[in-house]
Order: sequence, then C-alpha cells, then structure tokens
Amino acid sequence: MAKQFEKPKMVPVPSHSIVPERDLGKLPVLECQHLGIDFGGLTAVNEFNITVGPSEIAGLIGPNGAGKTTVFNLLTKVYQPTRGTILLNGKDTHGMSTAQVNQAGIARTFQNIRLFNNLSVEDNVKIGLHNQIRYPMWDGILRLPKYWKQEKLAHESALELLSIFGMQDLAGHQAGSLPYGAQRRLEIVRALATNPSLLLLDEPAAGMNPSETAELMENIVKIRDTFHIAIMLIEHDMSLVMGICEGICVLNFGQIIAKGTAEEIQANPKVIEAYLGSQKKGGAKK
Amino acid sequence: MKQLSPSRKKLVNNAVTYGIVIAAYLIIQVLNAGGMVSPSIQGQLVPICAYITMAISLNLVVGFSGELSLGHAGFMSVGAFSGVVVSLSLQEAIPSGPVRLAVAMVVGAVLAGLAGFIVGVPVLRLQGDYLAIVTLAFGEIIKNIINILYVGIDETGLRFSITNEAALGLAAGGRAILKGPMGVTTNVKLSSFTAGFILVLIALTVVLNLVNSRAGRAVMALRDNRIAAESVGIQVTKYKLMAFVTSAVLAGAAGALYAMNYSSLAAKKFDFNTSILVLVFVVLGGLGNIRGSIVAAAFLTVLPEFLRKLNLDQYRMLVYAIVLILVMLATNNETSRIFFASLRSKFLGLFKRKGGAR
Repeated sequence: MAKQFEKPKMVPVPSHSIVPERDLGKLPVLECQHLGIDFGGLTAVNEFNITVGPSEIAGLIGPNGAGKTTVFNLLTKVYQPTRGTILLNGKDTHGMSTAQVNQAGIARTFQNIRLFNNLSVEDNVKIGLHNQIRYPMWDGILRLPKYWKQEKLAHESALELLSIFGMQDLAGHQAGSLPYGAQRRLEIVRALATNPSLLLLDEPAAGMNPSETAELMENIVKIRDTFHIAIMLIEHDMSLVMGICEGICVLNFGQIIAKGTAEEIQANPKVIEAYLGSQKKGGAKK
Repeated sequence: MKQLSPSRKKLVNNAVTYGIVIAAYLIIQVLNAGGMVSPSIQGQLVPICAYITMAISLNLVVGFSGELSLGHAGFMSVGAFSGVVVSLSLQEAIPSGPVRLAVAMVVGAVLAGLAGFIVGVPVLRLQGDYLAIVTLAFGEIIKNIINILYVGIDETGLRFSITNEAALGLAAGGRAILKGPMGVTTNVKLSSFTAGFILVLIALTVVLNLVNSRAGRAVMALRDNRIAAESVGIQVTKYKLMAFVTSAVLAGAAGALYAMNYSSLAAKKFDFNTSILVLVFVVLGGLGNIRGSIVAAAFLTVLPEFLRKLNLDQYRMLVYAIVLILVMLATNNETSRIFFASLRSKFLGLFKRKGGAR
C-alpha cells in the first residue's frame, strides 16, 4: 500500500552537455523542402525550407498570422501539405496521419492548451505513453499478468517524466484544475512521453511571468540534453528565443524572410522592419 | 482521515459498485425465498438486469467515448432474435436450459458485435449530431430488417426468407421460428434472475476494467480532446470502433437475455423508444458514471410497476414523466447539488466525530 506513492527515481542528469554544433555530417532530424499549403486561393505557407539538426533547438518567429502554427500543423499532418516534402530522420512523411507522424517521431504542444481535462495528470502522461508501453485490450479487460506488469511500468515512467518539472506530486490532480503554467508543463511532459526525436513547442512561455520563463528556458535545454532530441519552438518572448535557440527562422506572410543565429537575426534589417521593430520605436516586441 | 490516492479511490469506488450489485442480488434472493416479492416485481427482475446491462454498455459509448448513439436498441434486437433462433434450433442438441441460454447469449453477443462493426465503420466517420442521427437511422434499419425476416428450421438446417412463411419451403417436421412482423411466438423461456445477475457482473467487469486500461484511456482521450489524442499517436477510428463494438456485444447479450424471458416477442419492441429509454438511464445516472446507470435503470424500470400499484392507472405515464423531470432537475441543478454536497459532508462529519471520540 505504501508503495503507491514512493518517490520515483529522478530523471538522470546528463554527464556532459552536448555542444550544440550544427553537425552537417549527421543526418538532420527534420528537413522541409519547398513546403507549402494553400487554403482555397490563399497561400498560407510557401517555399518553407528548413533543416533541423539532431539535438538542435530551433526557433520559429514572426508576426501574428505569419503562418507559424500552420507550419507546425503541416509537420504534424493536421493539414496535408499542398506542395513540398517533409523528411523526418531522412524518411518522407507523405500520406501519413497525425497519429502515424507522432509514431514516426514528432510530438507537439498546442498554442491553446489541449489537455485531457477530465483525466488525472498521471493519466494524461500515460496516454502519452500509449505507443511506448503496450498490451492488448484483452489483457486489460481480463486483468492478465501482462496488464499489471505494463501498468506498473506506465505508472513509474509517468512519475519519472513528471519529475522533469517536479510535478510528480500533482499526479493525482485533475489536469483541467491545474494552474495555467502547470498545464503548459504537463503538455510538454505528455509530448515527451511519446518518445519523439523532434519536439514542437507552440508558444511554451505564453502567459508565464519572467521567472517562470527563465525556469522554462533551463528546462527546455535540460530536456534537449537529457533526451538528445531536437526541439523547434514558436515564441514571441524574445529573451527566450534569443537565449536558447541555436538557429532561428523568421516567417512573414508565409514566407521565410531570414534564417540564422540570434545575432544575425537581430541585425537583419528585414526582420527589424517586419517583426522586431527598431530600438527607437520602443524596442523589441513584448 | 488520510486523503486517498486517485487510483485507490477508483478501486474503492469500483468495489462499492460491485458491492451494491451483489448485495441487491442477495437481498432479492432472500426476499424471494421468503415470498416477499410481488409477482409483478418478480416478472421485472430479468428485464431490469437486461436494461442495466444495456445502460452499462451504452454508457461506454455515450459517457466514455463521448458519442451520442440513438440506435442502441438495434443491437439489443440483433442479440435477442439471433439468441432465440439459436436457442430454438438447438433445443434437441442441448437439452440443458442454462447451457442453451449461455450459448444463445454468446451467439447473440457475437452477432450484435458484428452488426456494431458494420454500422460503426461508416457511422464513426461522423461526429456529434450527425453521428447521433445516423445511429438512429441504423437502429430503424435493423428493426425493419428483422420485421420482414422469416427464419425456419427443418432437418436440412436453418432457412431464411424475406417474403413470407411459405417461401421458407420447410420440409415436413420443420417449423418457423421467426415470423416477420409477428416475431417469435413459440419461444421457450430460459432466463432467470441469476443469469441476469451474472450478465450484469460480466458487463460491469468488462466496462470498468476496459475504462481503467490502456485502450480505455485512449477512448477517453479521444473524447476529451480528439486533436491532442491524435497528436500523441492514438488512432481515432480504431479506438472509437473498439468502444462501439464492445458496447454492441454487451447489448446483444442483454437482448438475448431479455428475449428468453418471454414466450413471444416482436421486432417492434426494440424501436426508437427503447433506445431513448436506455439513453435516459445513462443520462439520468450520469455520463461516465456506471453506478448511476445501474441505479437509474433499476429505478426507472420498477417505477411504472410501482405507480400501477398506487392505482394511478391512466395517469401512470404522466407521473413517470414528472418524476423523470424532477429527478433531472434535482441532479443537474447547481443549488441542489450544493445542498446534497453539504448534507453529505455533514453526515460524514458526524461520522468522523463519532469515530474520533472513540
């Protein structure tokens, strides 16, 4: 009985921090070629070319309505692209469904949080583990030994994943009742539970205060270093983007207008005009 | 009092549900032995069990999978008539009544599951109101197919027709089992309260265990947020269909049990009204609340009989409707819910103080 809430073992701290070099010798995790989508006559995204290396943190920025979330929806096949190819670990994801793309290695969070609100925090993570810890339906109905074994494993893994954000004590709470920041973190944990090679974060710092954002930045880097995965994030908080993204891509009207490191982007006149704004006019957005 | 962990709370909750069902069975058996159960209630025992099973199974679709199904009686019907056909055609092969009932229920469940699969594949491509309307249509289609179906048996085996009894072309010594709109008229009653009780327990175990497993979580994830569920790699159609078919299987078994309680039965018994009746049980008991479904199904099945006793005769169904409205208002009203919650906490507080004083 006491075993139920035994402290799970913590997530291992990486022995060395991976130097974020854009190792071109290695296969990129994600490669988009000429990606584009039209809605009726409107071209929402066009000629989107990007390469994300293994364990790279990439940023996608741009003004509202530039098509950033549409890019995420294309990558996860919520929309099927009109043009272009998406290569995930060198494999074309053409014709895959959202669920299949996730199994192939893309996990995401949502701009407007999408949790399973009526279920517990632990169950939310266990649902993320759906394709990692499996057993047939019959074992569940008949409660065969495999059910108990796999459920125990799922319980332990869920608590271990929650411990990334120190949320293991919230495991029993209803997901919908969590405070906003915790809901955002839970979404990230749930995405990580699917064992992705590329994690897409859609405005992870939205609605967070500066200290929460600073903590989130540390955690994003920690996740990258622990799980050795690539992360691509959409964010309006420039301190976060400039602070942790090794490569930044700026989108405006569905077109890439600039790509490069934080310094290059901040100095780019096109980006300043379209998005960042000049220092004289009152500094960077937000 | 120590706060219970959620998984333990769920376990206790489920144990209470099983406890209520078993206790109700034992109490009725004891009362029955003492001759304290009126014949009208006695006659209702098997239908109550069948309706409880129907409510549990529909709750899987409506409460846990979040799809409004208005054709659940259709699957009950498939189970009922296939069960009767199996039972009557195996009369010589299996003389033992309970065994024949079990076989009939299994066959009824399998065929209803098959019907659930055939209906589910197109229906589950839809969502919300559209899905509800299409399930309603399929329920009516099933009713109408059975309404024109003639089944007979002779030494060569089962014979089917959709025109009339003569078209069956039965050899001498053969007999018609299912006679179109007249339905079954020569059924042998096999159902017993114990069989119904076992079926309820099976349905309860299947649904509660399913809901607390990997597949059940996937179903609830799809209900709570379909897009998020897909984004974590859950296949929509597979799990929606799984819940739908499981529900149809249980409904089929309930149908077979129900049919075996009557010597004659026609297809029109399982019409839209029956589907709605079962839906009322589920909604009244609470979506996703299995214990509520059980209590509501039992209560609302007994209520008309009870009202009959009160000599309300022609106002019986009116009172039934009013009681239904009042109960719905009471359970879904914020003020009354707070009132009941405060009553409960007062009661628990009293309990605690007593325990603490000891």
